[in-house]
Amino acid sequence: MSAPIAWTPARAAEIILSLKHLDGACLPILRAIQAEFGHVPPEAVAMVADALNLSRAEVHGTFSFYHDLRAEPAGRTVVKLCRAEACQAMGGDALAERAMRKIGVDWHGTTADGRVTLEPAFCLGLCSTAPAAMVGERVVGRLDETTLGRLLDAAP
Amino acid sequence: MTNLFIPRDSAAVAVGAEEIAATAARRRGVTVIRTGSRGLHWLEPLIEVETPAGRVAYGPVGADDITAVLDAAIAGGAPHRLRIGKPEDHPFLKRQTRLTFSRCGIIDPLSWSDYVAHGGGKGLTRARAIGADATIAEITASGLRGRGGAGFPAGIKWKTTRDAKGDNKYIVCNADEGDSGTFADRMLMEGDPFALIEGMAIAALAVGATKGFIYIRSEYPLAIAVMREALGIARARNLLDGCDIEIRVGAGSYVCGEETALLESLEGKRGQVRAKPPLPAHAGLFGRPTVVNNVLTLATAPVILADGGAAYAKHGAAKSRGTMPIQLAGNLKHGGLFEAPFGLTLGELVTDIGGGTASGRPVRAVQVGGPLGAYFPPALFDTPFDYEAFAAKDGLIGHGGIVVFDDTVDMARQARFAMEFCAIESCGKCTPCRIGSVRGKETIDRIIAGENVAANIALVEDLCATMKAGSLCALGGFVPYPVLSAIRHFREDFEP
Repeated sequence: MSAPIAWTPARAAEIILSLKHLDGACLPILRAIQAEFGHVPPEAVAMVADALNLSRAEVHGTFSFYHDLRAEPAGRTVVKLCRAEACQAMGGDALAERAMRKIGVDWHGTTADGRVTLEPAFCLGLCSTAPAAMVGERVVGRLDETTLGRLLDAAP
Repeated sequence: MTNLFIPRDSAAVAVGAEEIAATAARRRGVTVIRTGSRGLHWLEPLIEVETPAGRVAYGPVGADDITAVLDAAIAGGAPHRLRIGKPEDHPFLKRQTRLTFSRCGIIDPLSWSDYVAHGGGKGLTRARAIGADATIAEITASGLRGRGGAGFPAGIKWKTTRDAKGDNKYIVCNADEGDSGTFADRMLMEGDPFALIEGMAIAALAVGATKGFIYIRSEYPLAIAVMREALGIARARNLLDGCDIEIRVGAGSYVCGEETALLESLEGKRGQVRAKPPLPAHAGLFGRPTVVNNVLTLATAPVILADGGAAYAKHGAAKSRGTMPIQLAGNLKHGGLFEAPFGLTLGELVTDIGGGTASGRPVRAVQVGGPLGAYFPPALFDTPFDYEAFAAKDGLIGHGGIVVFDDTVDMARQARFAMEFCAIESCGKCTPCRIGSVRGKETIDRIIAGENVAANIALVEDLCATMKAGSLCALGGFVPYPVLSAIRHFREDFEP
């Protein structure tokens, strides 16, 4: 996945135009906007509402329902650590605590230097190679404190 | 030329398969073929080399072993510390009955000729030949039940949708595999995507659908990429019979795996559960008759059509017919995918096949069926793995995930987590789930703190009864399973 670009209403309008023909276009458009800009600013919600002939409340309702969608940009690397049962069984909770202590953030937090945002994931489907995480779009399994620490250090 | 098979399954990639593939591709005289995973995940990355005597496997190939293993493999499957031998002779594979997963890990997922050479396409050809009614009759005769978790007979769902009136109808594939401990949908999509496409084409033909959607969770980027590519190939080869299929990606919501929430999400809305009736079969996506089936249900349709419903129904136990791709996960020595006829006991799966815990400590609890499934103690290891047998023990098999915990687990914390998870993922539509999960978590916190333990346990039990009876869907309705089973079987963890 390429790095997000700076928000411009013109580019957002292009994205909306290219997807508005879809059935149930609201969520695909919001996802595409986030993929492009790294977040969905309130201005985009208004534009989507306008284009799909929905109320802002409806579009905001969709936007605010989904954990993936965010109103503010994330850090340069989003690290999703799995918090679900299979990873818990392999020490996932302790690993998460150490990671949080190391970079000084809680869940959903972004490091002060803007490098890393830490998000919980509830299952990445890597339950037989637990504990698991996603660093950007890269999946990693059989994590321990050393490998996770290395990945966090290497995040740009 | 030497053919090397290296999985591009997420579980293999997560432990280093890409590095092996990149190194192997630089060797002269080597063709690297990316496959799905065989499902022996504790041996991943597992690579295979083609020899005159068949394929020879090596694994788990760590970063330091790559050069030596590649040398041995390219030398015709020569000895090495990590040499497994023929994968199909491995006891973990030999004991399986692979029907849904017959090709996974063997073929190049994006090679149509591989797919056809390994039996792909026969099911759809036969469905076209025998027509819609006979196709539904085969599915009904197979006894196939929904593999997503609810276990509803697929044939009845298809027949209801076929009989419903609508100007158009939809096939929706639920690939929002959110249960912890499950990964079979992901493996199938990454390892044999044409099986799902063929299954959807059969379903579309059977019910008269004109459009299909595959709703894949965003946590599965590789599955999304492989399915997109496979769909492009299928479209170019005109395999879809006028029923186009579109992929939609979720946005991080567990409850969207519930079929009516999934339909709302596909319509672009909040993923809030709908009250039933109407059933999706009567009024589903955009109000039209809709089949919503799990990946595994649809991907099993081709083999049922190819070999006949009766052949499939020969496998299994009691009212659970056929095979189940069981997913062995968590603290287990031999984690991975084990497809077998229903009826193995939980103890056989955990101890014999799974090899006990990875930590080497005693097994204390096993959660079957995802975050809404019950925790079973070893005392219940004689329970056969089938829908009714698990229901009789106040559990469920769900989507077939088994998560093993050793004796370091604190079951009060697991019960608390179940409520916390439900609170995070509740869609908010019904009160028992939205409020009950929050109050449940708070009350378990009090129990953990040692406040009025007996009274608070009684309160949690009462709350669970309300959630079970009063919730709109399985999220609030089933979260009592892990909570109550933890209290019932591991009461000592709740006592001060």
